[in-house]
Amino acid sequence: MTESIPKLPLADVVEVIVSWLQANVGWLFDFISNLIEPTVAFFTAVLMFLPTLVTIVLIAALTWWLSSWRIALFTLIGLMLIANLGYWEESAQTTALVLTATVISIIIGVPIGILCGKNDTARNIITPILDFMQTMPAFVYLVPAVIFFSLGTVPGVIASVVFSMPPTIRLTNLGIRQVPEDLIEASDAFGSTSSQKLFKIQLPLAKTTIMAGINQTIMLALSMVVIASMIGARGLGEAVLTAVQRIEVGTGFEAGLAIVIIAIVLDRLTQNLGQGNGQHPRN
Amino acid sequence: MSKIKVENLTKVFGKQKKRALQLLKEGQTKKDILEKTGCTVGVNQANFTVEEGEIFVIMGLSGSGKSTLVRMLNRLIDPTSGSVFIDSEDISKVNDDQLRQIRRKTISMVFQRFALFPHRTVLENTAYGLEVQGIPKNKREDRAMETLQMVGLKGYEHQLPSQLSGGMQQRVGLARALTNDPDILLMDEAFSALDPLIRKDMQDELIELQSAMQKTIVFITHDLDEALRIGDRIALMKDGVIVQIGTPEEILTDPANEYVERFVEDVDWSKVLQAENVMKRAEMITLDKDGPRVALNRMRETGLSSLFAVDRRNRLQGVLSADAAKQAIDEGKPLADLIERDIVKVRPDTLLNDIMVQMAETNHPVAVVSDDDRVRGVIVRGSVIGALTGKEVKTHD
Repeated sequence: MTESIPKLPLADVVEVIVSWLQANVGWLFDFISNLIEPTVAFFTAVLMFLPTLVTIVLIAALTWWLSSWRIALFTLIGLMLIANLGYWEESAQTTALVLTATVISIIIGVPIGILCGKNDTARNIITPILDFMQTMPAFVYLVPAVIFFSLGTVPGVIASVVFSMPPTIRLTNLGIRQVPEDLIEASDAFGSTSSQKLFKIQLPLAKTTIMAGINQTIMLALSMVVIASMIGARGLGEAVLTAVQRIEVGTGFEAGLAIVIIAIVLDRLTQNLGQGNGQHPRN
Repeated sequence: MSKIKVENLTKVFGKQKKRALQLLKEGQTKKDILEKTGCTVGVNQANFTVEEGEIFVIMGLSGSGKSTLVRMLNRLIDPTSGSVFIDSEDISKVNDDQLRQIRRKTISMVFQRFALFPHRTVLENTAYGLEVQGIPKNKREDRAMETLQMVGLKGYEHQLPSQLSGGMQQRVGLARALTNDPDILLMDEAFSALDPLIRKDMQDELIELQSAMQKTIVFITHDLDEALRIGDRIALMKDGVIVQIGTPEEILTDPANEYVERFVEDVDWSKVLQAENVMKRAEMITLDKDGPRVALNRMRETGLSSLFAVDRRNRLQGVLSADAAKQAIDEGKPLADLIERDIVKVRPDTLLNDIMVQMAETNHPVAVVSDDDRVRGVIVRGSVIGALTGKEVKTHD
């Protein structure tokens, strides 16, 4: 029966739209490229600026300050292992890509989350879009990313942002909505403006939840690293990909292990960032 | 002129508001309207005024609409129809900006569950109202410190709310509301979440603060004892309707309907009635004028065994017993030497509860005297017992 109905030209429509965008909004894509490229380069440069060992000690110290000595010790050993295996530069590139994707996700995601938190209509429109973004196989994002931004790190960042932004939006929305009704009433009753209410009451109280969302975003961005390397993003993903193509189990394991170490360090670091602030509200 | 004037204030929750309003005007009940329109009537055509410096209590059980009513006074809930005049300005018609100014300057609110901001210190909570007005930090914190001191929280200003007990948290809530120096204080079940002893302390403190501040207070409660304790006037609500408005005594002694009657059934009368509600006319002799024989004669006439002795200006000197009068005749002594001068005196507004304690310690009747010691009446055991059973109570004029 399905054969009797002509196939809907969905693929054609999408291609038309994409080529129109390419032709007419190309300047926008160039502009975005010109923002992302230097950001990634900057983060990489920061991580590569000092001698590796000094950077490792500094990161471990930061971890100690933000959470516990146990995690600091793990960070120290883990990062030294990465350096020893010779993946320091690739790790720096990967971390830079993840950080850039995260920063962009926060800049875009938190305001959208706030909008959803304050407005039911916005939430009802945006929630299905987020579902779509998250259920679509991550590979699919690579195609438009490559078309608009060609090969390299930039489309990798873009694909990571699309894939990893939803948790930040969702949890910001949740955090705003979780602020108890009587606190909102109290804030209104004392004559707060909408923005005073947001910055003095809602955001501070939603902070822990928002941080949980950002933590998830970082993890998702990291999980995109290997996929992004397929379109030419530099870093550990590239090393894994090469190892897979050449069936070098040992090299693949090393690079994979490095990703896991970075994942654990970033996870612990950002997890404790939210909680730590909750415990010490006065600084 | 009244500080707050509420006219036909109505709140309907639901979609068919217009139809529900129409039905309300036709006098249909909350239940019928819910069935016909699916709308819930929160408050039904409330009318009342609150005078400056008055504590006006709105009392009712949960679901009676009292919280909705108080939230319409500062428009945390927008009225469906009707008006709220504050200083003769109809706040149901002001724009957002004016409303914000009124909330900042004129009306503050204290909440049932305290509603303190958990991420802010006691001081920052207290200064919040001034902070949103853009008042410089040192100035607003000075002011906040003053109010914290007023509610007895000096030394706690850098704690977080979660580090304080319930009673102390609500003191912060009160301080936060007072820091703006508003004319009107809305207190929504402010003490209901506190345990009974703390609640009583807070009530006492509110009354004490009020005598110094003279704010206009609208106080919501479901607790009759609380309403009677602190209210100058009480409005009783049921199903969104104000059933009766009156002074505590009017509510108690002259309940408007069966609902109010049932409400006041369990009240502890000894904490409500005052000396002047239970006193009887005192029989007296005037020392400089009347002799012992006159006194004995009057005792015989009235069937009493003792009389109050007063001077010519009706000031209480003591109590004369029948035995002492006889002794005066037998021994020819002046009455002034034989009267018992050590007697219990109470003011007309002394609570029955306090009088009972003093009565237990004396065999003489208790004298009710005005500030200048003039006798206003007498309290005997029989009239106290009568009053406690809820009968034989007269209101003063």
